[in-house]
Amino acid sequence: MGLSTESQFHVLAVDDSIIDRKLIERLLKTSSYQVTTVDSGSKALEFLGLNEDKHKDTNQLSISPNSHQEVEVNLIITDYCMPGMTGYDLLKKIKESSSLRDIPVVIMSSENVPSRINRCLEEGAEEFFLKPVKLCDVNKLKPHMMKTKYKNNHQNPENQENEEISEEIQPQPQQQQSNNNNKRKAMEDGLSPDRTRPRFAGGLTVASN
Amino acid sequence: MEMWRQVFQYKESLFREGILDAQFTQLQQLQDESNPDFVAEVVSLFFEDSERLINDLTRALEQKCIDFKKVDAHVHQLKGSSSSVGAQKVKNACITFRNFCDEQNIEACFSCLQLVKQEYLLVKNKLETLLRMEQQILAAGGAIPMIE
Repeated sequence: MGLSTESQFHVLAVDDSIIDRKLIERLLKTSSYQVTTVDSGSKALEFLGLNEDKHKDTNQLSISPNSHQEVEVNLIITDYCMPGMTGYDLLKKIKESSSLRDIPVVIMSSENVPSRINRCLEEGAEEFFLKPVKLCDVNKLKPHMMKTKYKNNHQNPENQENEEISEEIQPQPQQQQSNNNNKRKAMEDGLSPDRTRPRFAGGLTVASN
Repeated sequence: MEMWRQVFQYKESLFREGILDAQFTQLQQLQDESNPDFVAEVVSLFFEDSERLINDLTRALEQKCIDFKKVDAHVHQLKGSSSSVGAQKVKNACITFRNFCDEQNIEACFSCLQLVKQEYLLVKNKLETLLRMEQQILAAGGAIPMIE
């Protein structure tokens, strides 16, 4: 079977509840994704390399071009209700940023409020999951990540080869060890760095639909 | 086998009485050889979180001038963590609690706090017993009974 394609995907999960972070991390890892968890929207932006400006000039959201790609994030899944920056605020910031807006965002919430759901979808969220999130929800993430993979590859011709999504005969997708050198940020507390170690599909990989 | 049957029956009774719901089964399904302590870890986080929130709630309701928004925020968090582990009765008590918060019904909020405490202590006790029994099964090389 070789390496699952999922292991090439890196998900950033944002939730202020430690229980829910633990849960979403396990759900994603069970599906063989690489996972980083953070406990707030501002830490998520920091991880993404989006410099929240000292003066909250929203038009001025600046990206430091080098830091941004230090860790590729293929999808962001965030809780809606968080103190400070809500999941909705985070979604807006991401969609306003020219360098981040292509990253798919999924919102989770314990409350089934239709107006809230619509607001998030209108703002560009790909999905809205009711909490507690289940494995069958996580299975819906992959198509969204495939989309961005394609887009990214245009900008990144070296990776072109990997794009051919041949699920079965995947010789050795380079496990991007190179990503590792810049993981220092992830080591700070509150961030659980994903493993870049290859994960083998054995038994764990939940068949994507 | 006798032990297994005992655990199965105990666990089944927790579901039948509505103390636990299907979310707890979801948690157990996420536990495997590579993460043998996942459920125990989540459950102990739930205990810590609940105790902190129940203390915060008690303090918030002791104030002369009760800040119902604050109370509601604590109950909302407790509802979230209890639903994430499948502690159904705690979750349900939180739902009722929030309604009375909305109404700013002090008396009812007090009795809801008592109910939440009571349901929390119940599920804590049951979960501790269950996890201890399951640990024994695992130590003897057996598999944990699953309730769908």
